[in-house]
Amino acid sequence: MTRRYSAFSLLREGLSGQKGWEPAWRSPDPKPRYDVVIIGAGGHGLATAYYLAKNHGITNVAVIEKGWLGGGNTGRNTTVIRSNYFYPESVALYDLALRLYEGLSRDLNYNIMLSQRGMLNLVHFPADMEMAARLTNAMQINGVDAELLDRDQVRAMLPIYNYGPDARYPVAGGVLQPRGGIARHDAVAWGYARAASRAGVDIIQQCEVQDFIIEGGRCRGLHTTKGEIRADRVGMAVAGHSSVMAAKAGFSLPLISYALQACVSEPVKPILDCTVIAPGAATYASQSDKGELVVGGALDRVPSYGQRGNLPVLQGVVAGLIEMFPIFRQLKLMRQWAGIVDVAPDSSPIIGESPLPGLFLNCGWGTGGFKAIPAGGTLLAHLLATGQHHDISRPFDLDRFANGRLIDEAAGSGIAH
Amino acid sequence: MQIFTCPFCGPRPETEFHFGGDLGNARPEGFRAVSDDEWSRYLYHRRNEKGAVREVWMHMTCGELFAMERDSVTMEAAPGHALHGDAP
Ligand SMILES: Cc1cc2nc3c(=O)[nH]c(=O)nc-3n(C[C@H](O)[C@H](O)[C@H](O)COP(=O)(O)OP(=O)(O)OC[C@H]3O[C@@H](n4cnc5c(N)ncnc54)[C@H](O)[C@@H]3O)c2cc1C
Ligand SMILES: [Zn+2]
Repeated sequence: MTRRYSAFSLLREGLSGQKGWEPAWRSPDPKPRYDVVIIGAGGHGLATAYYLAKNHGITNVAVIEKGWLGGGNTGRNTTVIRSNYFYPESVALYDLALRLYEGLSRDLNYNIMLSQRGMLNLVHFPADMEMAARLTNAMQINGVDAELLDRDQVRAMLPIYNYGPDARYPVAGGVLQPRGGIARHDAVAWGYARAASRAGVDIIQQCEVQDFIIEGGRCRGLHTTKGEIRADRVGMAVAGHSSVMAAKAGFSLPLISYALQACVSEPVKPILDCTVIAPGAATYASQSDKGELVVGGALDRVPSYGQRGNLPVLQGVVAGLIEMFPIFRQLKLMRQWAGIVDVAPDSSPIIGESPLPGLFLNCGWGTGGFKAIPAGGTLLAHLLATGQHHDISRPFDLDRFANGRLIDEAAGSGIAH
Repeated sequence: MQIFTCPFCGPRPETEFHFGGDLGNARPEGFRAVSDDEWSRYLYHRRNEKGAVREVWMHMTCGELFAMERDSVTMEAAPGHALHGDAP
């Protein structure tokens, strides 16, 4: 059986009829007991399992998924990766993720198609350049690459934008993070799943967690549609369903679940070679390797578990896109969809032990947790293995809502995603 | 476009409305006697239920707050009704 992916194994399998490939992951039946069980096989849950094995040598681990792995927000997102945040706590978190992403294809032996094509935040008006300079300075002080661009530099980088005299969202400049970009979302989920499965982790799909086993005031395992599964440490990375699971465990969370939509156009030849957001238009876009324009915007403002978006936001996003790039006016949209994202009041994630001892949280990533997957996995694995916070996850504990130390990135970096 | 029904203005497009939180989330009494955890629950924690929900909404064009029962999966919404200062 061929296990390692390489140019050589591709050639060998090509010559022998592609018959020797080992399945990317095993699909075992659950065992009655594990050292650690993780709920949710999205990017965060799968990465947690991988780093439990890699960083802590803990391999008696299961990941329980009610649908198919990577079928939640991880498989629905617009794949923007960046660490252009304002507060040092956030930069430490998101840049850890970005640094891990930079070595991930090699680490996992799986091509995640990371493309660091640059993340460009446009600035519309001269007065806004002050805030842009502040963000650039903050990023540089925090040790992250950032460049403040003037109008001409933006224009050289992004010639197809609408620079006309009557443009609704004119350009005064921009903040560029050259290391930002995109990656292939499915490959991130599949790559972590394959590497975790190889390390001995059981990934149990089509298995819904229905309740917690609580004994002596501690979480001791789970009731699932495939029976009881016990473990003294349980991690939870279920994104939009975090509040639903928390209610079963007997506590509440400072989260609201909303639908976030995205859409893609028909594929066209290469025309957009960076990831760009126009805050005024509340629209961002990039072009996938297939040639489709991948476009997103703001949340639907009605709390929802419906996993489908509504027309007003889609209309605003499309109007924003063609205002930014009049040349896209003739493009046809191919698909539109939504995922349910869990939004915290300060737009920062929640990582730490839950009010139910033995149950650990990784949630609140809201509209922007794809870029954080390697870090979210590393930090939850650290918590599950040691019972203690990593220095980088400490500020993101649930206790910040009681002690008032919020990390307000909506106000800090002014970015919704 | 979804239609919500303001108890004062009637059926209007969803874009005119703003979500105002859980119905019955009353401000804790006793200012300094209120613990940090209680403040946190009042300010930040939400029921965020899947299925039937009871919420406060604002119709931004008339500025009135009112109660609305919805389903957060099907998105079906019953007509809103006025609050009487004694929200349950
Ligand atoms: C349209 C859209 C665009 C986005 N764009 C970006 C972007 O450009 N950049 C970025 O960084 N982020 C983006 N995000 C956010 C990002 O997708 C999420 O933050 C991230 O994928 C969350 O990963 P996760 O592993 O926590 O959750 P998910 O991938 O949603 O995984 C959670 C899993 O838990 C499972 N689950 C839930 N309940 C149960 C249960 N009871 N039992 C068993 N399993 C359960 C679900 O089936 C799901 O597979 C976007 C999101 C959306 C919806
Ligand atoms: Zn009204």
